[in-house]
Amino acid sequence: MKKDFAFYRKLFTSTFSLSAFTFGGGYVIIPLMRKKFVEQYHWIEEEEMLDLTAIAQSAPGAIAVNASILIGYRLAGLVGAMVTVVGTVLPPLIILSLISLAYTAFQSSLIVKLVLRGMQAGVAAVIADVTLSMGWDVLKGKKWLPILIMFASFLAAAVFHVNVMVIILICAVIGLLATLHDERNGKAGA
Amino acid sequence: MIYLELFWSFFQIGLFSVGGGYAAMPIIEHQVVELHSWMTMQEFVDIITISQMTPGPIAVNSATFVGIQIAGLPGAIIATLGCIFPSCIIVLTLAWVYSRYRNLSVVQGVLGGLRPAVVAMIASAGLSILVLSLWNGAAVSLNPADLDWVSLLLFVGALFALRRWKLNPIYAMLACGGIGLVLYLLIGA
Repeated sequence: MKKDFAFYRKLFTSTFSLSAFTFGGGYVIIPLMRKKFVEQYHWIEEEEMLDLTAIAQSAPGAIAVNASILIGYRLAGLVGAMVTVVGTVLPPLIILSLISLAYTAFQSSLIVKLVLRGMQAGVAAVIADVTLSMGWDVLKGKKWLPILIMFASFLAAAVFHVNVMVIILICAVIGLLATLHDERNGKAGA
Repeated sequence: MIYLELFWSFFQIGLFSVGGGYAAMPIIEHQVVELHSWMTMQEFVDIITISQMTPGPIAVNSATFVGIQIAGLPGAIIATLGCIFPSCIIVLTLAWVYSRYRNLSVVQGVLGGLRPAVVAMIASAGLSILVLSLWNGAAVSLNPADLDWVSLLLFVGALFALRRWKLNPIYAMLACGGIGLVLYLLIGA
């Protein structure tokens, strides 16, 4: 892909528009990024997107900011990272600046409240859509360990509310041990 | 020097909020309410509420909000920069390590363990937003009267459009907002 002005503009407008719609923060931006950069533009592979997500989650700071830095760096090095991080930070900066000028009016507006309530259902649908696609990919791999990790992590996070960092750490160790075990048995890769 | 104080304060918030999102809340409260008295507790609760209703990470939102109240727009920009600065350094280092060593079998093994876990955590985050949306913030109950039917309708409709017609997610969310507004006003919620 050519790194010309049009590319950087596309990179900036994508991250800007994605960031403007990450209501609820955290993971919400990941499905949107995946849809844009993996499915639509084919700039990043599915597996790599999951790797970048894991790294974004493990580092300190907001996931949206971390993920955008990683994607920018992956696509176009330091300049790319600067473009994506500015694109990600600008929407909340602009919106919050405007709101802080009139925040009592904003907070008590019924219309704002109802629109946001409807959008929440939309956000849930977007995440469900992406989860179905990604979960199906894991199941299609027909390897018992990733499938087990997926269901166990889901139970740990959703039902038992285990700290996300703990889950990440345990799964990393499991992945590491599985590889070492396979290698000792003379097979390459997990 | 207020700009320096803002920068340093939000630098610490960015550095210590591991896990993102709500993990940052107590750290922001400590810096902004307790240590510097830049905000009252009430204002802090307000900013959390606003953060939930607006796009963007909670740390960036509060940096903007606090910055603008303390030192105007330059304050907002400086506080935001402070907040993302630690991420930039640490994440860029990790990105470099990843691009250099991602093909090592040990690294592949670790990542292979993490990928399905990431799928699970996205699913879990989605589920909690769905629950919040279907019961409108109240506890989960099986009583149909407690269910937000408009929200259920929007969720099913949007999911169908996304899967069947590959609708752009941003349009899906905007449509839910618009249709939701009309339906909620009609039923007088």
